[in-house]
Amino acid sequence: MAATLTPSRLRRAVFWALLFAFIAWDLQRSPAIDLWREPPLIAAGSGQVSAGGHCSMAK
Amino acid sequence: MKRLPLAALMAAFFVFLLWFVAVRQAALLLVGIGMGAALAGMRFGFTTGWRQLVETRDPKGVVGQLLLLGVAATLCMPLLGAFPELHAALGPPSVSLLIGAFIFGLTMQIADGCGSGTLYKAGLGVPLNMGILPLFALGSFAGSAHLDRWLALGQVEPVGLVANWGAGTALAVTWTLLLATGITVRLFAGWQRDWLEKRWVQGALVLAVLAALNLVIAGQPWGVVYGFGLWGAKLAQATGLFDPATNPFWSQPGNTQRLAQTLLLDVTSITNIGILCGALWVAAGKTPDASKPLTGRQWAVGLVAGFVMGYSARLAFGCNVGAMLSGISTGSLHGWIWVPMAFAGTLIGLRVRRYFGF
Repeated sequence: MAATLTPSRLRRAVFWALLFAFIAWDLQRSPAIDLWREPPLIAAGSGQVSAGGHCSMAK
Repeated sequence: MKRLPLAALMAAFFVFLLWFVAVRQAALLLVGIGMGAALAGMRFGFTTGWRQLVETRDPKGVVGQLLLLGVAATLCMPLLGAFPELHAALGPPSVSLLIGAFIFGLTMQIADGCGSGTLYKAGLGVPLNMGILPLFALGSFAGSAHLDRWLALGQVEPVGLVANWGAGTALAVTWTLLLATGITVRLFAGWQRDWLEKRWVQGALVLAVLAALNLVIAGQPWGVVYGFGLWGAKLAQATGLFDPATNPFWSQPGNTQRLAQTLLLDVTSITNIGILCGALWVAAGKTPDASKPLTGRQWAVGLVAGFVMGYSARLAFGCNVGAMLSGISTGSLHGWIWVPMAFAGTLIGLRVRRYFGF
């Protein structure tokens, strides 16, 4: 039996649809991912300093 | 949606990341899902814990948070000492930090959720938090775009306890400060109160392990706000109203690179998505809590608070996760400055919250 579309379910559906659309839009407008320059699976012990952004950074 | 099809969708997203993006990002998605499931499943709310302490002198939430900080520090500080490629959450002690943390602590009580709280509650389907999330992102972006002006008010270089004293001493100092905070909380709440609750203890232990995993895999501590700011910056750039090349923060090489590439390659963005997914999984198959609908005025106040919370989180160099948990557990002085300022803001925020009838 089909689930009833309550306002709560509709709000959730809209939220996730917008999030999915944003991710898809961003993926589509970004340059292709270079899989040959993939970051190491485990940073610890890799010798490569993390280049990720963090909220504690002032720059 | 039921849990089984939802788990299948998440597995498909995991495989997509694994195959088309990076193995590291797929692993971080799993870490994020675990964080979301722990936060939502055990209702580990930083905002709620502080509110319960102030309003009912119930210390269980804050004690759970102290446990989380202690266990996370015990796991993370030795890692930072052993692996030089890992870095701590080092924010500069500054006027920006003082103001930002105070405002953040104030607004998180009105918005009923900090950075991680907004994420997991949005994942659970709480209407106000779903509405706040995009505004939090825009606020984080605006805060980052103005950060240079706030820093011009005065700052000193970040102070890292592990780098300065070594992991052992930094950990001993951190535990001493956490114990002192615990004793202060105990004095405030009264000796007869219950101190521990299963869900807070379990949540603390699970989140501490996942925070350490985040550090090991990503090379940086768990964060929330940077990802939101990045999303806001991408939207602002797309409108043509914002040129990152002219902005002191977004023109930095690392930020420019992250702005240009897909958010699926960004560490914080992927754990944020994971937290949303983990909370959604917890919510799946459950009947939503029957909460009282908000009035128009409460909605307006809550949404404005969400925007200001995002803005102030950037000024404060993180939220309860990026500044408090990651800052303190990786030995950053700014985490210890953040906590009392945010707590002072919370004392005001609780009054504002009551005034608007939340």
